[in-house]
Amino acid sequence: MSSSVIDPAVIPRMRARPRASLQDWLPRIVLAPSFAVILVFVYGFILWTVWLSFTHSRMMPVYALTGFDSYARLFAQPSWWMALKNIAIFGVLYVVICIALGLTLAILLDQKIRIEGVLRPIYLYPMAVSFIVTGTAWKWFLNPGTGLEKTMHDWGWTSFQFDWLVNADMAIYTIVIAGVWQATGFCMAMFLAGLRGIDGEILKAAQIDGASTYATYRRIVIPALRPVFLSAFIVLTHMAIKSYDLVIALTGGGPGNATELPSTFMYSYTFTRNQMSVGAASAVIMLMTVAAIIVPYLYSELRERRQ
Amino acid sequence: MSGRVEGSMAGGGSAVSRVVIYGLLLVFAAIFLTPLFVMLITSLKSLDEIRDGNMLSLPQSPTIAPWLSAWGTACIGLTCNGIKGYFGNSIMMVVPAVAISTILGSLNGFVLTKFRFPGHKLIFALMLFACFIPFQAVLIPVARVLGMVGLGNSIGGLILVHVVYGLGFTTLFFRNYYEAFPTELIRAAMIDGAGFFQIFRRILLPASGPIIIVTVIFQFTNIWNDFLFGSSFASGDGVPMTVALNNLVNTSTGVKEYNVDMAAAMIAALPTLLVYVVAGRYFVRGLMAGAVKG
Repeated sequence: MSSSVIDPAVIPRMRARPRASLQDWLPRIVLAPSFAVILVFVYGFILWTVWLSFTHSRMMPVYALTGFDSYARLFAQPSWWMALKNIAIFGVLYVVICIALGLTLAILLDQKIRIEGVLRPIYLYPMAVSFIVTGTAWKWFLNPGTGLEKTMHDWGWTSFQFDWLVNADMAIYTIVIAGVWQATGFCMAMFLAGLRGIDGEILKAAQIDGASTYATYRRIVIPALRPVFLSAFIVLTHMAIKSYDLVIALTGGGPGNATELPSTFMYSYTFTRNQMSVGAASAVIMLMTVAAIIVPYLYSELRERRQ
Repeated sequence: MSGRVEGSMAGGGSAVSRVVIYGLLLVFAAIFLTPLFVMLITSLKSLDEIRDGNMLSLPQSPTIAPWLSAWGTACIGLTCNGIKGYFGNSIMMVVPAVAISTILGSLNGFVLTKFRFPGHKLIFALMLFACFIPFQAVLIPVARVLGMVGLGNSIGGLILVHVVYGLGFTTLFFRNYYEAFPTELIRAAMIDGAGFFQIFRRILLPASGPIIIVTVIFQFTNIWNDFLFGSSFASGDGVPMTVALNNLVNTSTGVKEYNVDMAAAMIAALPTLLVYVVAGRYFVRGLMAGAVKG
């Protein structure tokens, strides 16, 4: 690797020009502001948040350390437990259904479908539009008084009931439906790219050997997609933990706090309930969860590339 | 994604299985399109028609009045000037933020692939991880600092925030792209006496078309669609489009004008939808580059 890279300490010396020393340093000078900004705005601010989580900050930050009090208060909040329960339900269903549906769509699309060029963008467009936008339609659609339930009643099916959006026990599943709708196309695109990367010769050989389509997929195609499963899992888990617009647009966390997620919990405790240290503590927990998933993944990706 | 159009399986199969496959694919397409379809037809109906009619039926007498109202006269909070001002806010925020983060990303990518200095791997790793942090972990300090330096509740503050938290991604995109760029060309130019910026402008930039498009689209979509930063660091007349839309939809005073809500949502969606329709290929590449590195 090092042979394909310019060593600025060597070439400029050969030129032996007065500007050489500036040219030596220029790459570093160019990179420095970006790096400094990330160091401060990302890592410095994370430390700042961690510090605040160990204080009694309420509306304004105070910096006197008070140990793990905020964490104790955080875990004494029923709505935080609600948020944890919801992120578990939402996260698992969202990741599993997106992967299952995305893989299904990708396999179906991979059967020499003539209108693939039309269908692919249709499956993927939800990723291009803010959920604040599409959420207005979803909210309307899921609302018993205006959407699906009313439509079914209009069509004569008067006993039809679909009130999940306003039902505290079921509302979290409407978040799952909308989230799956938004991210499935993205999963499909990842799997489709994976499918197109499989060596056609192997598949041909399997077919000549008389393997059924089902057996070919089960024994050759799906195992070959392992890295895509891993990427999809990482990306979706990360997106699930960061999900915020989804809840705000659809339920605003309600009814009651039935659809509270850690992301909405953090926002409301910090900015509207004046419990900044509790909000900071919840943010730290979110960060640690994401880091536990992302860091090993990035580490292995960077290592692989070095070889 | 691009490349081979035909499937990797030999395809064929019985006519029945072909029908089933096409049927399934079309059903899914219909499900995916329904929210957009409902938004569009509802935005073209009068309130009476919405109340009496069916959610999925086409407008009997299409009207663009809801669109005009959403743009110019709908009430958000206490002001009734529609969403045009907020649309403008978003434009004023997106254009500089995308330009600055893309330019910095390309310079960073150049430095990180073609020069070596102590710690370059650590620097890249730290920039890469910055892409993935949940923003909740920096929300409080950013709000404090923007307030302290007088950028609270301003477009300038939002631009700064979007540039900073987009830098990781833009750097990643350009770094992966420049890694494949022949280093010999740059070495030769250096021996000929070309300086850093000369090489960047004359040799690297002309070859960067595709990755610039990918980066610009990725950043544009992300920043236009952002809600968390907009709702945390702006208020009143200074909020971007997404926040204004959410306020409009959740305004509970007076008669609920669903058609105006939907028209406003369509207007908010148009810029990113347009980009997606025109350059969807590049949008997908950006998503994949952000998801699967290497």
